[in-house]
Amino acid sequence: MTATLTREQERLRWRSRRGLLEMDLILQRFLDQHLTRLTEPEVRAYDALLQLPDNDFLDLAMGRKGPDDAELLPVLEKIRQS
Amino acid sequence: MALSRQIFDTVIVGGGGSGLRAALQLAEAGHHVAVFSKVFPTRSHTVAAQGGIGASLGNMQEDHWLWHMYDTIKGSDYLGDQDAIEFMCRKAAEVVYELEHFGMPFDRNPDGTIYQRPFGGHSQNFGERPVQRACAAADRTGHAMLHTLYQRNVRAHCQFFVEWMALDLIRDYEGVVVGIVALEMETGQVVIFQAKSTILATGGAGRIYHSSTNAFINTGDGLGMAARAGVPLEDMEFWQFHPTGVAGAGVLITEGVRGEGGILLNSEGERFMERYAPTMKDLASRDVVSRGIDQEIKEGRGVGPEKDHVLLKLDHLGAEVINKRLPGIREIALKFANVDPIREPIPVVPTCHYQMGGIPTNYYGQVVAPRGALGTSEVIPGLYAIGECACVSVHGANRLGTNSLLDLLVFGKSAGDHLCEWLKTNPQHRDLPHDAADRSMERLSRLDGAQSGENITEVAQAMRRTVQHHAGVFRTGTLLREGVEKIREVAKRARNTAIKDKSRVFNTARIEALELENLVIVAEATLVAAEARTESRGAQAREDFKDRDDKNWLKHSLWYMEGSRLDYKPVNLQPLTVESFEPKVRVY
Ligand SMILES: Cc1cc2nc3c(=O)[nH]c(=O)nc-3n(C[C@H](O)[C@H](O)[C@H](O)COP(=O)(O)OP(=O)(O)OC[C@H]3O[C@@H](n4cnc5c(N)ncnc54)[C@H](O)[C@@H]3O)c2cc1C
Repeated sequence: MTATLTREQERLRWRSRRGLLEMDLILQRFLDQHLTRLTEPEVRAYDALLQLPDNDFLDLAMGRKGPDDAELLPVLEKIRQS
Repeated sequence: MALSRQIFDTVIVGGGGSGLRAALQLAEAGHHVAVFSKVFPTRSHTVAAQGGIGASLGNMQEDHWLWHMYDTIKGSDYLGDQDAIEFMCRKAAEVVYELEHFGMPFDRNPDGTIYQRPFGGHSQNFGERPVQRACAAADRTGHAMLHTLYQRNVRAHCQFFVEWMALDLIRDYEGVVVGIVALEMETGQVVIFQAKSTILATGGAGRIYHSSTNAFINTGDGLGMAARAGVPLEDMEFWQFHPTGVAGAGVLITEGVRGEGGILLNSEGERFMERYAPTMKDLASRDVVSRGIDQEIKEGRGVGPEKDHVLLKLDHLGAEVINKRLPGIREIALKFANVDPIREPIPVVPTCHYQMGGIPTNYYGQVVAPRGALGTSEVIPGLYAIGECACVSVHGANRLGTNSLLDLLVFGKSAGDHLCEWLKTNPQHRDLPHDAADRSMERLSRLDGAQSGENITEVAQAMRRTVQHHAGVFRTGTLLREGVEKIREVAKRARNTAIKDKSRVFNTARIEALELENLVIVAEATLVAAEARTESRGAQAREDFKDRDDKNWLKHSLWYMEGSRLDYKPVNLQPLTVESFEPKVRVY
């Protein structure tokens, strides 16, 4: 991670610290690959995902369930593939 | 620079199960309570607990708190304090029913009572046969517990400081704890929170190990805060390992996989558990399997470029069995080990899971430390500790599964109750010392001023590797002595870190540097205490001292940060009302 993150990106990075190790690991990979290149709508979608309880987020990230909101899907796909 | 100041009756550092339970007790009694958390409270690490909460409700078979007490003492390898253990086991039913009453969605029996699961180490009639004692909410027990307690706290007007990091305790000239210094992440603002009493509930520090089941937030901040304030850390040599975490990731692979026929192999393709446990083989108890794996690695038969793990093979079970009986495991292996267990083995390694030691307390949650030459334990006024960061000590040298969530509830409540009484006789805030925030401000200004220095990621990596290698499952005097030397080097480096980002707003690098200072303190305490303890007991397995030595070591270790000094105190073998359980050889 370089020192050039914006404050908004730093905030997303901190909120990606979770109670479940599985989520920490998944989101760390996602952030390493995508954080600096997320578009506005993607940031909004990611923010919404971060609001979810850890277990629900894990179900989505592992592909056990699909999101209720289709807007979340593009970011979720990136998370799943990271 | 004058810092702003806020005033509360009680500040609680930590919004996990233990912090929330204590907060509730105080807030419902009308006290002015502030709970601090680095992350949203329901994302505390308690969310990871699946197995359940141990309590002798007797809903499945006959059960009794005295049997639970016996199991806990035996599990602790007799290092647990029997007064605290009796207290916990007797209170278990009460705290579980309270949680039920708060709305916790426990699994139920057809007759409406709480369903209880079996769990290793829990028995009927002093070890006669297994008993079902674990109360669970599907596989989301911790999650349900956090949500239930959080909602209830909101209703009781408990005030939450979310995404705040507590930095240090404030002690006045008489040693009384009068509050904390904390940092708001969003603004970088540092604020003094003055309080009549402070509770540390910051969880475990499992991230000192390279391989850990703990989430990244588990950095032992409360332990660092206590140690810097002159409070000793108790029994830090005792860490519970799970034999099979995914190598490099830490995610748990349940014992169920070996139950279904999975086997462990070393670099020579040998099923090495046949040598360590000829009868039970891969199904031997957790500590035996962990030791077997660790020994293979130490003797150079590990797998991979670093020869640092072994393999868990299940392809011989066939795709059908794996898909049908172990779908979750295939998912984990694919995601975190990048292997498909239908075709390839999963790389696994013994993984740090739970911290038995911590901040010394009595069963009211009051922090106690020896004072003066006589070494009698005395209460540190104004300071409490509960949950995984505390050492009551109910887990002794080895925790029994499901006893941790129970510990959070019992001692969270007990600390809350005790404080409600204490606040009656201590109604005034004491004055803040003039240097209240000096220690914290010095640490911050060093970080902010440093133009060059050590890289945080590299130092953290060095720490985790050192602890994993030198204070893992397999311990010897030589390994530990080398480890102590190395960790002291690492500690020096940790005090000399530099970060490029000097912003105050959501500066995660700054937070990680502060967390690292705490982790390194815990790591040093662990190595020093483990090196000194020349016996094997519970989770501490010394190759050079294979037996438990009750004559010399039936005592708790206390590590002081100043001078990295050790002291000891006796184990309390005297329960509250029943007869003492004398140490016996532990056989299962
Ligand atoms: C995978 C896994 C499964 C488990 N399953 C079980 C089980 O089935 N049964 C059982 O009994 N036990 C289980 N355990 C153990 C148990 O979950 C933990 O011991 C327990 O949840 C710890 O709770 P706590 O309240 O002490 O701390 P945590 O839940 O870890 O909470 C710590 C809190 O402190 C806050 N905090 C930390 N530092 C600071 C700081 N500097 N400033 C502000 N806030 C801070 C955090 O934000 C958090 O809110 C399991 C553990 C793991 C890893």
